[in-house]
Parts: sequence; structure tokens; C-alpha cells
Amino acid sequence: MLRYILSRFGQSLLLLLIVSFIGFAVLNLAPGGPLSQFALSPGMTQEQIDKIAAQMGLDRPLIVQYFDWLRHMLVGDWGTSYRDGQPVLHVIGSHLFATLLLMGTATSISITLGSTIGIFSALRRRSVFDYAMTVASMVALSIPTFWFGLIAIYIFALNLGWLPAGNMYTVGDGSVLNYLKHLIMPACVLALVDVAVWSRYMRTSTLNVINQDFVRTARAKGLTRRRVLFKHIVGNSLVPMITLAGLQLPMVLGGALVTETVFTWPGMGRLFLDSLGYSDYPVVMGLLMASAMLVLIGNLAADIAVALIDPRIALE
Amino acid sequence: MTDDKTQKAHLSRRQTLMMMGAAGAAGLMGPAAIGRDQAFAANADANGQLILAFSQEPTVFNPLMPHIEVDEGVYYAVFDPLFDFDPDGEYFPILVAEVPTVANGGISEDGLNWRIKLKEGVTWHDGTPFTAEDVKFSLELTMDPDFRSFRSTGYKFMQNITVVSDTELTWEMSEPFAPMAAILASTYIIPKHAFDGVEDKNSAPFSNAPIGTGPFKFKERMAGDHIELEANADYHMDGPHLKTLIIKYVPDLNVMYTQFKSGDIDVIGLQYISPDHLAEAEKLPNKIVTVAGTATFESIGLNMTRPQFQELAVRQALYAALDKTSIIDALYYGVPTPTETYMPQQSYYYEPDLPKHEFSLEKARKLLDDAGWVPGADGVREKDGVRLSFTNSTTAGNHLREQAQQFIQQTFKEVGVEMTIKNLPPAVMWGDYWMNSGFDSVVVGLNTLSGADPDTSDYFMSTMSPVLGGSGQNTFAYQNPKVDELLIKGAASFVPEDRRKIYQELQRVIRDDLPFLPVFQYAVIKGRKDDVDGPAPNVNNRIETWNVRDWKRT
Repeated sequence: MLRYILSRFGQSLLLLLIVSFIGFAVLNLAPGGPLSQFALSPGMTQEQIDKIAAQMGLDRPLIVQYFDWLRHMLVGDWGTSYRDGQPVLHVIGSHLFATLLLMGTATSISITLGSTIGIFSALRRRSVFDYAMTVASMVALSIPTFWFGLIAIYIFALNLGWLPAGNMYTVGDGSVLNYLKHLIMPACVLALVDVAVWSRYMRTSTLNVINQDFVRTARAKGLTRRRVLFKHIVGNSLVPMITLAGLQLPMVLGGALVTETVFTWPGMGRLFLDSLGYSDYPVVMGLLMASAMLVLIGNLAADIAVALIDPRIALE
Repeated sequence: MTDDKTQKAHLSRRQTLMMMGAAGAAGLMGPAAIGRDQAFAANADANGQLILAFSQEPTVFNPLMPHIEVDEGVYYAVFDPLFDFDPDGEYFPILVAEVPTVANGGISEDGLNWRIKLKEGVTWHDGTPFTAEDVKFSLELTMDPDFRSFRSTGYKFMQNITVVSDTELTWEMSEPFAPMAAILASTYIIPKHAFDGVEDKNSAPFSNAPIGTGPFKFKERMAGDHIELEANADYHMDGPHLKTLIIKYVPDLNVMYTQFKSGDIDVIGLQYISPDHLAEAEKLPNKIVTVAGTATFESIGLNMTRPQFQELAVRQALYAALDKTSIIDALYYGVPTPTETYMPQQSYYYEPDLPKHEFSLEKARKLLDDAGWVPGADGVREKDGVRLSFTNSTTAGNHLREQAQQFIQQTFKEVGVEMTIKNLPPAVMWGDYWMNSGFDSVVVGLNTLSGADPDTSDYFMSTMSPVLGGSGQNTFAYQNPKVDELLIKGAASFVPEDRRKIYQELQRVIRDDLPFLPVFQYAVIKGRKDDVDGPAPNVNNRIETWNVRDWKRT
């Protein structure tokens, strides 16, 4: 087990290195650059821009800049944001809470609700409920989040006035209730699509399990329906879901760009887009590395968890 | 529609005048002891909270470092410049006891010696007294070669800054440079003591915990969301009248408008209300929605090195074949105002008596016929082997401009001119392609002024074209000795009345010569709740918080 983890760890490092190199190259080869936004400022000259570029070390060859970045990265220095001069880890950290709150809530809702719907759809296959849920999830998957978010705001904030139109909290009111009121709409909008995804996966997975021999055996043994359902069916059909959950981990921390935009939620998705827009390379690289790490960790954790739960699967 | 607009213009004009009166009075009270008492009295009733939304996030809090427009939204609240422009283009004192002019001896007749007298009794937000040393420090930091400075224009002529006393300093200029006053008006003064013992001034703690002399103190920033500012009880001018000012970042214009509608934001700031929402916005209850001109003008810029554009008759014909009204009404919902010049119509330096554009395909055809451009086999006119055919470029993805191009292409075609559309992504379009005049013609929105100063040397002086070996923004590669002469004269003159005559003549020369075809002056749609008093248009400043000290809730 330990050896397996170590070897996966080694592979991951190599992968991270490759990701960082490609990421760095693509970012820097794109036209523009962190100083182009100042080009049309009154009183700004090309001469002055060149001077600032030299001060920031942006005039050095790309490969030199890359190894400089890598050297710092290896000793845990993620660099400093070009936009606000704060350390990259601080910048990422300051968006972490908002993202965790929103994504954590949305993911919890979608996993619980999605799995439940999936199981019941499978158990009552070809029932009205199953068909209704199939259609509903197709609709949910087809609606653009942006549109759905705006419609929700239109109904619940503008017309009914039940919920705020956006933001994480009212400035000056940091109460839990206030956060909750602001959380409901974006979390539900986000969860909607994920519920659809989870319910589809769960339905398929449950159907697979239902037709297995051991389920028939369990029933033949005379176990109660309830016991068969929870002990034999649900437990086994959740195993593939662990892998799916592992893949969700980077998304939980990566934020949801569209929802964050519609509900002015100060999360990681916005940070990524804004940093990209301003060519804030250190932050973009930081986010890229962080999400690459999460993908690797999520996968590894899922693999280990599956191996631990399901004795038929060996890691080596 | 037209009537409606005139009315709107009148209204904002009246508001403007009222505003000016207020600003002037505040300025006069400035340094006197009464002024301070008044300020305290005003601060005592500072109440309420106001949420101002921007669609970009302010992130740079050292105002002397490179920043964008939206950052200045915070600067006007936290910092003060020495003096600033009122909406009519006149200076009013902020940190100075009086605005330096030739008349009061603040600027020597030749423009080479400057003397600044500061107000007494001004303190920084941390209680430290503000002195001439702080001004000297700010000016010198701007010129510091190790500092990532926002600008060098003007400052490269400044030398021998001498502190005479706590409230007085002088400097010399190596060359007379009239726009210097306007540059100072957008230079915010920062505290010297915040940089004591700081080795790298680019990464001073100050950058994230700014201390100013302005009407509001920096309280807290929640990255990606908002900045909270609180009233400075010791402010040296009248105001502030709000207890808390929240600068909120709302990254999408539709969302920003929705939150304005729902009442979550009180004042809708930079990037404002998009024109397609105007009709609805004007009907919203309890909201005040106004249209205000900006200093940016839209034009079809011609690359004057191209053989097609050498003849004045051709440029006149193209201008006559330009259907401005359709573009403005059909695409921009009638929000912007047609213009004949680069100068904003609200400016003190605007020349109102320029020949009026007339859309006439007949006139265009006649001009080209008379000049000897005859249609070839494919209907495109030719003369001496030159086909009247050229490309037109702008930012790919800017839908309004792309549609405008199609309008233009159509009317040009009707007079025998072939215009091919060649659009490029922003970073490519406004990079070397623009700077080195790689285009035949462009659709571009420009602010050619030097801050609020009427000087446009950077854009129209013949020596300022990169493609002709200069360094500047004259990407139209425009060369006109008369224009050069007027620009030089204007930059060396320090008396506003004299400069006005010079720049008005310049506008007439450029209008007659048509190196670019002016289309319209941009306007933005501003909105606020009707209990918010104070926000007023000022074409001389880049952002609405220029008078945030006067804002209040009624």
C-alpha cells in the first residue's frame, strides 16, 4: 500500500511539472500581458511600460522566467499577485471560504438528493417517477446556469422579494441567518445540474447491482426489503460513486464561474477569470497548480477508498 | 427621442451649475478656521451607508503605481490631489490654499518656476500632520527609477523640489509644460511616513492598508467582493456626509443592473447601465437615471500614409457617405451624441461652431467625380492606378462596432468605395497593429486629451507617429505643420483664455482636414436611488467619486 502511494506520488510530481510548464508557456505566449491594460491610461508611455516590465522581470526570456518561478515554487514561494501585490497563497486563501461555503453546500445537496432520486428511479424502473425524473434531469442538464440563475433572481428577488438578488452577505450583517438567506439561491441553482448528473449515475449503478446474483440470494434468504436495499444494494452501488466524488473534489475548490458571476459570489471561479483577464500570471499559475494537485489528490484518495471498501479491488 | 435628449442635457447642465457653486464655496472655506469647524459640524451628521457598484474590481491602492480607471474610484475617497477640476474645467483647491496660476504668482510667467502653498491643519488618517514633505515625497517617488511609477509624462521636466516650510514648496521645470497642472490634478498625495524604513517601495505594507487625507478611511477589503470605507471625522473640507461607503464589485453588467433594480446597490458606477436597458431604467420607480457624456469619442481613423486617403476630397466624400444617425439610433439606442471633434462637448475648450456633418450619398459621389475618381468595371472607383478600396479593423467580438462597420460598408459601397472588414482580437488589434499603423482604417474610441488637459500632442503631432519614426500615439500618421504649430503654442501657454483660442482653432483645422471621421461622443447611463444626493457628471475626471465628499442620503 505504502509503496503504491509513493509511486503514485512520484508520478504526480512529474505530471505537475509538465502541467506547470505547459500552463506557463500557454499563458505567456498569449498576446497582451500584465501591462497592456495600462497602455491607454492618460500619461502612460511605451517607454514607461518597458521600464516597468524590466523592473518586474518580464523582459527576460520565457524559459528564464519559468525556471525562476519553478525555483521559488519548489521552496514553497508561490509568488506575488501583479494585481494587488499580495502573496498568491493569501489571494487564493481569501477566496477559499466563499468557495467552500457555496460549493460545499451545493455538493452536499446534489449528492444526497441525487443519490436518493437515482436509487428510487432504479427501484421503480419504468414507473411514472422514473420517467419524470429522467425528463427532469435532461431539462436540468440542458438549462444554462446563467439563464436559470437570472430567472431565479427575477422570481425570488425582484418579484417576490423573498431572497436577496446576490452577494454572500449584507455588509455590516455577518449573522449566520444572513449568510443562509444569501446562500439558498446560488446553492440550489448550482445543485440543480449536479443533482441531475448524480441521479443518472446512481440510477445506472443501482440497476447494475439489482440484477446481481447476491441480491437475488439475499432476497431468497428471506431478508427484509429494507435490509436488502440498504445493506446490499445501496452499499454496493455507491462504490463507483466514490470515484465520481474524487473527481468532484477539484470542482468543489475550483468554484463555479457562472454561478459566482450571476450571484456576485466572491469565489475561486471569479478569481481565476479575473486573474486571467488581467494576465495576473502568478495567481493563474497558482490556481492551475492548486487545481492540478487537487485532481491528483482526489483521484488517489478515491482509488484508495475504493480499495479499502471493496476487497475485490487491489491497488497494485 | 431628440426632444427627450435635449431635455436631459438641460437637466444635467442645471445640476452641473448647482454642483459648481457647491464646490466653489467649499473651496473658498478651505483653510480658514471656520472651515474646519464647519467640517466638524458636517461630519457630526455624517450618516447612512451607500453602496456604489463597479463592474471591475479595484485592487491597486497605491495611487502612484500603475492602475486602471476603477482604482481611481477608491482614490478619490481615500486620498486627495493638490487640486482638481470642477465640471466646467476650472480648478478648485483641495490640499492647496490656492491653485497656482500665473496671475497669483504660483506659476512664473515662463512656466518654469512653480510655488505651491498648502492648507494648514490637514492630517493623515492616522493623525500624523500633513506637510510639504509629503508632497515632495509623492512627486519624487513618481520620478524614482526604482519605483513602478504610473507616469513619467511631465514629471521628466520637474527638478529641484524644495520644501520652503511645512506648507510651502517650490520646483523648477526644465521646459514649460502647460499640461503639468492637469497631471498634478490626477496625482494623489501619499504619506511619507508610511514608507519610513521600507526598502522596496513597490511592496510597502501601505499598498494594502492605504492612509490618505481624503474624506473616507480605508477600513476593510474583502477580495473579489467589496471595500468598506468609513467617514474621516477630521476631513479638511466640507463632508463627508456618509458614515460608510461600500465599493462593491459586481462582475457582470446584467447582474449589476438587476441589483440596481432590486435596490441592493444605491449607485451604479463604472461601465454603468447598458444602452439596451435605458428605456426600462428610465421608468424605474425611486431611481434617477441620467445620460452623461464622456471624454471618449468614436471615429473612423484613417491611416494617412495610404495612397487612397491622400486627397482631401476622398476623405470628405467618405465623411458624407457616413450615416451617423442610423448608427447612433439603431445600434446605440440614441445614447451617444454626434460630434465633429475629438473634444468633449462639455469641455471649456470645445469649439461649438464646427461645420455640421451632412449624410448625402449624392454629395459624396459628386466629390469623388469632381476629383477624378471614376468607377471601374467592378464598380469600385479608381484614379491613377489606385483603387478606392481599403480594409477596416476593430476589436473582434465588439458586436456594436461590427454592426456599425456593416452599415458603413453598405453606404460606402453605394458611392463606389470598397471597404473590407478585417477584425482582430483585442490584444492583437491594439498591439503592434495599432501602434505601428498596420491598418488601412479603424473604428476606434479614443480619449486623446492629456488627462483633463486639452493638449493632444501625443495623438496629432507629426513627430508622435511610431510608423514615421516617432514615439507616441499618432497612429493615424497625421502630419500637418499648422497642427504642430498650434499644439506647441498651446502646451507653452499657461493662461486658460489664451489656450482656449488656440485649441478651438486646432479643432477647426482638424475638422477641415479630416484625418479621422468623427462619429460620436460616448455617453454613459448613470443611475442612483432618488435619496442619494451628490453624484454629478464631470467630463474632466475619469470616475464619479471625484466629489464623493459631497454625497449624502436625504
